[in-house]
Amino acid sequence: MNPFSYTRPEAVADALSDIGQPKAKFIGGGTNLIDLMKENLEHPNKLVDVTRLPLGDIAELPDGSLRLGATVTNADTAYHPLVEERYPLLSKTILAGASPQLRNMATNGGNLFQRTRCYYFYDAQMPCNKREPGTGCPAMTGYNRIHAILGTTDQPAETACIATHPSDMCVALAALEAVVQVTGPNGDRSIPIADFHRLPGNEPQRDNTLEPGELVTSIDLPPNGFKDHFTYIKIRDRSSYAFALVSVAVGLEVGEDGNVTNARIAMGGVAHKPWRKPEAEQLLIGKPATDETFRAVAESLLDGAVGYGHNTFKIELGKRAVVRALQEATLKSERAKE
Amino acid sequence: MQTETFPTPTAKPKAGASIANAPNQPNPGTRSFSLNINGTRHPINVAPWTTLLDALREYLNLTGTKKGCDHGQCGACTVLVNGKRINSCLTLAVMHDDHEITTIEGLAIAETGEMHPLQQAFIDHDAFQCGYCTPGQICSAVGMINEGRAKTPDQIRELMSGNLCRCGAYPHIVDAITQVMNDKR
Repeated sequence: MNPFSYTRPEAVADALSDIGQPKAKFIGGGTNLIDLMKENLEHPNKLVDVTRLPLGDIAELPDGSLRLGATVTNADTAYHPLVEERYPLLSKTILAGASPQLRNMATNGGNLFQRTRCYYFYDAQMPCNKREPGTGCPAMTGYNRIHAILGTTDQPAETACIATHPSDMCVALAALEAVVQVTGPNGDRSIPIADFHRLPGNEPQRDNTLEPGELVTSIDLPPNGFKDHFTYIKIRDRSSYAFALVSVAVGLEVGEDGNVTNARIAMGGVAHKPWRKPEAEQLLIGKPATDETFRAVAESLLDGAVGYGHNTFKIELGKRAVVRALQEATLKSERAKE
Repeated sequence: MQTETFPTPTAKPKAGASIANAPNQPNPGTRSFSLNINGTRHPINVAPWTTLLDALREYLNLTGTKKGCDHGQCGACTVLVNGKRINSCLTLAVMHDDHEITTIEGLAIAETGEMHPLQQAFIDHDAFQCGYCTPGQICSAVGMINEGRAKTPDQIRELMSGNLCRCGAYPHIVDAITQVMNDKR
């Protein structure tokens, strides 16, 4: 790791004034940042430790939302009684990621900022448009088994990027339509999770839409937690402690007649951000929950997917995972009727 | 077969090492603070970029905690911070000056030398071969039992998945942990 200075403010205002320079970084659990620093991929000259800021609570808001403090750990969030009861999709999704030790360290705010696990991004000797803009994307023609199939940038070479976002938690947050609360030099703002992460576009070096000096203070979950009909399916190379090749978070509401009245589907492992397509979700509304409907939804969700060789299997895998996730979520509705 | 004997390294790690031995010569890159480890306050003078793992092993001579991958993937460096298991390789020592840290050295009863039930169970069940992952396995198991979420062998396997054992002692590790959990009930 490169030398850096360290501060640990106890007030948000102090954290914002401490950060005050482009090469400084906030540190929460540090599980990704310290690893990146060891790999010489991040070299901040100052770390501002946010773990003692008063952002460590989970609390219900007057409108029925649940506010997850930015510095609450992923483990404490997944096992929190209100999260388990009202947002079991989020609990299940968090517990599908990383290891217990990492979940005990990693914070909710920090989870949003995980960098891609692209092999070429992680190898400082290789060109990478995300790490060093304009140098190229060796993943496109290289080993790309874990890479994106949707929303990628193929052309031109100097901005190409087929990296994926590695988070599980963010996939559930996308399905739940969470809102990220931030504060910064220009005041507070609320960012819908769908607008927080970005596709590579012509700036693959930018993972998200946060402005310099801004700090995430909480992640707010809207009242509807889809607690009766949900699932998270994570397909990976081993059954535990591995990043997703493809994952699917589903939340459904099902009417008395068995028809779907509300549907959210988000996919992980397929794009630079959690992948949603409201038009595909609409195909379920008012329809009986049949495999034929599910397959049509999957075809729509994965429409336009492009494989780069090693990862081409993800297109059909993704469709089948969507069908299976919708089957599982529906099965729960049938169980509830019994 | 002859094995080569390597000389004991005399050179300490680059960052802040000479300072650790000469606290009267402050270096602007280092900080003086203390860590509460196994109930004892240990003064330490290290650079902010010193991980908790390196602080334990290289500066405080607590070498029971092992460095495996140094990237949070193997679990050999697992310690307990305020009773919760974490990877000490992915956190900075300076972040923990107000925390209670427990390492493998702190699990036995100091006065009597009586081992922690998990230490005894690992011996009874032959739950290791080379032993390098064992301190991390045991600290992780202590943390898992504190969490109270594992009830079945399958759940133990899932919630111990952050600790790798390349000798493949997994079935015996699960047996040892199961026995301690059953004894506690």
